Amino acid sequence: MSDEMKPLGRRIFTPTFFICLVIVAIAGYFTVKRFILGIGSISNMNDGFPWGIWIAYDVVVGTGFACGGYVMALLVYILNKGEFHPLVRPALLASMFGYTLAGVSVFLDIGRYWNVYNMFLPWQMNFHSVMFEVAMCICTYIFVLWIEFTPAFLAKWGFDKAGKKLNKVIFAVIALGVLLPTMHQSSLGTMMLMAGFKLSPLWHTSALPLLFLLTAVLMGFAMVVFESSISSRVYKLADETSMLTKIARIMAWVLGFYLIIRFQNIFMRGQMSNAFSGTFLGNMFLLENLMMLIGFFILAYPGYRSNPKLLFVAAVAVLVGTSLYRFNTYIIGFDPGTGWKYFPSVGEQMITYGLIAFEIAAYGVFVKVFPVFSAHPTAEAHQ
Amino acid sequence: MKIKRRDFIKGAAGGLALLTLDGQKAQARTVEALPPDALGILYDSTLCVGCNACVAACKQANSMPPEPYGEQRLWDNPQDLSASTLNIIKEYSSGTGDHKDQVENGFAFIKRQCLHCIDPSCVTACPVSALTKDKETGIVSYNKHVCIGCRYCQVACPYNIPKFKWNDPFPEIVKCQLCNHLIKKGGMPACCSVCPTGAALFGPVAKLQEESRRRLQMEPGKMYSFPVSSLDSGKSHAHKAPTYQQHVYGYEELGGTQVMYMSAVPFEKLGLPTFPKESFVSMASGIQYAIYKGMVYPLVVLVGLIVMAKKNKNEKESDQSASTPVKEETHE
Repeated sequence: MSDEMKPLGRRIFTPTFFICLVIVAIAGYFTVKRFILGIGSISNMNDGFPWGIWIAYDVVVGTGFACGGYVMALLVYILNKGEFHPLVRPALLASMFGYTLAGVSVFLDIGRYWNVYNMFLPWQMNFHSVMFEVAMCICTYIFVLWIEFTPAFLAKWGFDKAGKKLNKVIFAVIALGVLLPTMHQSSLGTMMLMAGFKLSPLWHTSALPLLFLLTAVLMGFAMVVFESSISSRVYKLADETSMLTKIARIMAWVLGFYLIIRFQNIFMRGQMSNAFSGTFLGNMFLLENLMMLIGFFILAYPGYRSNPKLLFVAAVAVLVGTSLYRFNTYIIGFDPGTGWKYFPSVGEQMITYGLIAFEIAAYGVFVKVFPVFSAHPTAEAHQ
Repeated sequence: MKIKRRDFIKGAAGGLALLTLDGQKAQARTVEALPPDALGILYDSTLCVGCNACVAACKQANSMPPEPYGEQRLWDNPQDLSASTLNIIKEYSSGTGDHKDQVENGFAFIKRQCLHCIDPSCVTACPVSALTKDKETGIVSYNKHVCIGCRYCQVACPYNIPKFKWNDPFPEIVKCQLCNHLIKKGGMPACCSVCPTGAALFGPVAKLQEESRRRLQMEPGKMYSFPVSSLDSGKSHAHKAPTYQQHVYGYEELGGTQVMYMSAVPFEKLGLPTFPKESFVSMASGIQYAIYKGMVYPLVVLVGLIVMAKKNKNEKESDQSASTPVKEETHE
């Protein structure tokens, strides 16, 4: 395989870059305010809804979107599907930013950030806490992602010797990079088991860990399809549809399995009538699964999934469906039962938009400076 | 070799699916039991006159700021538990609200505070052991010096007890700690020591349970003696026995609590939800324990992944050196 990766080497200061910068600056203002006046000064979170979009979007949905690196590493390095190799590094880069910014978001969200070191003191660790496991896993995985991406830095700066040395041991890091997301993505589901009656039975089930693991895989693949489609347009790279179609086939199987588990679970627990009761939560359940079904029907038919436009629609439908599933589990289906309400405030939203904008801007800079893409303009999609 | 690898993956995935799907079977965790010298409070709604002396005493004992409310905002008038209020008396009222301890056209009081669960969700939830349950007294206390402010305790608590100082740049979690600092000095929770009627009664949980059973057997309308402040204070007063609900809230709710409630109106009316005997925490950690006990499964999977990644890498490298001239290669 001659998949040499090269920097795109184009103009960095594009209009998109500046728009992103403005949004980051606004988020910066609210961040400063949060550190001076407290979380309550810029957010609508309250004692009934202690977690808002900083957790539900930035961490729970955000790291799901950032599972591209996880699923591609699983496919290429563990299941030995070398054909997908060109998709690995772009996915890894997006994962690296996704996870790193989730880490930044957590730091803004936790009230007593200066105490974070206690997490690493063996005598303070609570091994019974799902939160502890998730925090440690995500923290370690951020490092793993940066190490996994390090060959790109080394190649750029010409450290060939270090590159070769790293190459000898990196398989162990890659293995860890597959294990950790399997652990914490499922645990993100386990986390909400503890909410008990506060979480609507449409989402509260002991299958939460499995459903979260499956949505992580789906989000990872859907994001790879989504990003490749956008990148090949924006950066005018060669068409990768034939490779993405193969990914789509895998997605169809995973999504089919997910839907069977999801509906069987609802049915077995006698919640089907609740789902079709026409209530707000029932409708949210239907909407979430409608998106999944739309994605499934496109992905399941070879004729549809080989069409780049339909494939893109399917990826978007799966992304919306899975993030709705996670939002529903963390916020929308959550009701502490004492009249509390929550809707994210402007400041809260701006910080989230700022993190997303930063991610887009940084991704743009990295693909231009470092060797990320191997599909080049005018080149054939397949070597 | 390929088939073996596939079998391994199937086995691993199947095992994970089984563990996650069937939480009941995966129960590898012992349910917590009541500590031997557990201390607690028995709150009897029928004895409470709603004087709010306990609310004021609690604020003083725990140095909590007043919470003015309403038009004048001159005095402490908390509306609910908050970051400045660890203990509050709330009222149930219906219709004309004339008759005490009556569901129709009546009213009743309820004292809200931390119930000091026997199997507390918050303690299991806390990643850094900032919330701990004392092995002897069973008191659930908070250590702000290690708390990271993640607020998982708030999500996990079925009674919505822990509160957070939202408008403080250096916030804390706030909850009743059964006046731990006073008990250490041989005292008792401030709310119980000031309660004039014995509605809030302090004592060892086992003895309080005994006392509650005595009350359940009382003949309604007959005069009985009720201890005041604590079981061994020596103070008591005579009172007509009410018609109790034949259940003590906290005996078995979610594994039981050390603060227990007696009432003449159904507990649901007082804002105490009907809960199953098994705590949500035991369900959640049962699954977590089964997968992560001793980190055996994760380590086995990790070794498998390393072996596979290493093997694929070696295969690829030997392919390359055989078919193509040696060339510069990055890790992928």
